Amino acid sequence: MDLGLNEAQQMLKTSARDFLEAECPDTFVREMEEDERGFTPELWQKIADQGWLGLVIPEQYGGVGLSFFDLTVLLEETGAAMLPGPFFPTVVLGSMSIMEAGSEEQKRALLPGIADGHSIVTMALLEPTASWRPEGVEATAVPEDGGYILNGTKLFVPCAHVSDRIIVAARTGDAPRDVTLFLAPRNADGMTQTLLKTIASDRQSELVLTDVRVPASDVLGEVGRGWETVEKVIAWGAAAKCAEMVGGAQRVLDMTVEYAKQRVQFGRPIGAFQAVQHHCANMASDVESCRYIAAQAAWKLSEGEAARQEAAMAKAWVSDAYRRVCATGHQVHGAIGFTKEHNMQLYSRRAKEAELAFGDADFHLETVSQGIEL
Amino acid sequence: MDFRFSEEDEAFRREVVDFVEAELPWDWRNHEVDSEEPDGLKLVRAFKKKLADKGWLTRAWPREYGGQEASHMQQLIFGVEMSYRGIPVDDGGVSMVGPTIMMSGTEAQKRFFLPKISRAEIDWCQGYSEPDAGSDLASVQTRAVEDGDDFVLNGSKIWNGAHSGAGWMFMLVRTDPDAPKHRGISFLVAEMNVPGVKIERIPCMWGADRSLVTFEGARVPKSGLIGEKNMGWYVGATLLDLERSGANYSARALRLLEDLVDFCKENVRDGRLLSDNPLVRSRLARAAVDIEAARLVAYNVASMQSKGQIPNKEASISKLVGSETLLTVYGLGMQILGMYGQLDPESKWAPLRGRFEKGYMMVGANTVAAGTSEIQRNIIATRGLGLPRG
Repeated sequence: MDLGLNEAQQMLKTSARDFLEAECPDTFVREMEEDERGFTPELWQKIADQGWLGLVIPEQYGGVGLSFFDLTVLLEETGAAMLPGPFFPTVVLGSMSIMEAGSEEQKRALLPGIADGHSIVTMALLEPTASWRPEGVEATAVPEDGGYILNGTKLFVPCAHVSDRIIVAARTGDAPRDVTLFLAPRNADGMTQTLLKTIASDRQSELVLTDVRVPASDVLGEVGRGWETVEKVIAWGAAAKCAEMVGGAQRVLDMTVEYAKQRVQFGRPIGAFQAVQHHCANMASDVESCRYIAAQAAWKLSEGEAARQEAAMAKAWVSDAYRRVCATGHQVHGAIGFTKEHNMQLYSRRAKEAELAFGDADFHLETVSQGIEL
Repeated sequence: MDFRFSEEDEAFRREVVDFVEAELPWDWRNHEVDSEEPDGLKLVRAFKKKLADKGWLTRAWPREYGGQEASHMQQLIFGVEMSYRGIPVDDGGVSMVGPTIMMSGTEAQKRFFLPKISRAEIDWCQGYSEPDAGSDLASVQTRAVEDGDDFVLNGSKIWNGAHSGAGWMFMLVRTDPDAPKHRGISFLVAEMNVPGVKIERIPCMWGADRSLVTFEGARVPKSGLIGEKNMGWYVGATLLDLERSGANYSARALRLLEDLVDFCKENVRDGRLLSDNPLVRSRLARAAVDIEAARLVAYNVASMQSKGQIPNKEASISKLVGSETLLTVYGLGMQILGMYGQLDPESKWAPLRGRFEKGYMMVGANTVAAGTSEIQRNIIATRGLGLPRG
């Protein structure tokens, strides 16, 4: 047992931090909150050049061939820097589900484009049912002329507005898990995309599918067995999101401690008051707990285990803890933390988005309760 | 990063579990043993002897002092398996006195004490707190005055288990009353069976006692001074970060949770099994996650220690979240047991042999002893985060 990072991971972390400090400062994050696309092609290309887009893609498909755990080391830094844009959906939802379920042909056709930055991919899973369970998928895919016709409404689709391909989950039968994944192009006829205004300004979309035709060759994985992939994507997504959240939470802690050292009231730094010290200590405890419960989930998944329980525990814990860290951070910052010009609010809005993504604590606690044999 | 035990460590864990399950003289699932009571101490002593014969008590120690030079991880594994089963094997000898002597003692002290600790031949009680020195431990006032080959002790030590019949006390005493408070303290070990030592029991709410030990001119040999005179604060303090992972709290909590889950699967309330009640399920699941978070924080401390790194705020965080989690789990248990939770262990109606009722009353001591949660937060904030001292 060794809960520290190895040398290569430490280097990845440091170089990611340096890169993001230069390329994704808070001024850029703010700018992108107002930007129509929410990211810039220039930065996207630089990210591709860093090898990040192909980090977990095997070398034979143009990637770097590192592990899922290595990816979460990187995501901790992107979470700390609040990297805007479709990095998370493309890498975690797109490349990983294609690697998992794609045919050899699909992998050859799609993965190199993702790795070199030419292709942005996302997944359209949720619907107005807002459920992370297979029963929540009501969009339909009906076979016709050797292909499929898709109908339905997908909701909360991350970065659909800039994606080239959208992996759509649709129902192909009445059994709850009879769900199939389709690799639909975003500009397909019958697909209408509308941006949703959300708490974290992170560009989620509504996607209305009206008789969208998809050729059989764009079915991802086996017909009727798409949920097996989705289940994995939810676990990966949860663990990957946790890594981002750990990075964010650490940054909020650092920023809060810094403020407590500088802000003077009653003639001394507020960080000299025990009431404030204990707030900070509680935040540090939460961050520390988040770090290892998140790392355990990522590591187990990376080892190829299902890690259902570990991923559920991680997302349940980190979702609540990051929210607590932000709430306490706000309390220590006082009024200034609520202003738009302050970074505190950038994090607390993202903490809520992250809490909801891939299931909140209540969702995962049901999995945990089964895991403890209740 | 690797969350697995090595093959060797896992094999050791199995060996420990198999041995304990076969040899433990009491039914750990249904019976709590209080080693600070004479009867309990006798039971524990006998079993500790068996563990000592295996060399497990001090497995990570150097061979010359009775250890087996095993990894820090194996020490953790051993401690966790004992805590999980409620076996109180450590009275401070293995985790505190031994390492202190190893780090700061003379060769003669090492040769005298360490093998005895390793073989479980001496029992210890702790002499840190005083009636007027609790959280502010560095204000201890028990005086130790040199006189020939002895120290003459005057003062009192409180909240210890001296009434159990433990033969030795390790303590912080004041050897220079004129020095700044941290710099006039010495770390001393002494036999309790000498004239001038009075032990009075202090009955506590959970039905067991703690002791007030009063020294009135008690003479103890100077050979019990560990480390330099007047440097005792530093002799004792560095140790805490080196030796404690806090893994015992989550191990104990996990066992409680498992008992609760079993209880909920077997007991009906309002027409359905407790385990089918969504509120109960959600609370138990939340506790499971709390325990896992605390467990991993503690394992990280052990992981750092095993690599020779000195945990700083990590050890305090582990103590804080571990002890607070244990409190939460006892509280949850009492809520789930409902009306039955209030029954004394002796009642024929008491579920789980009344362990929750007794434990619920005792558990508050965990966020007080060995540094209150508030002291831990102070340490995290000042030493860990670098916030200015108030």
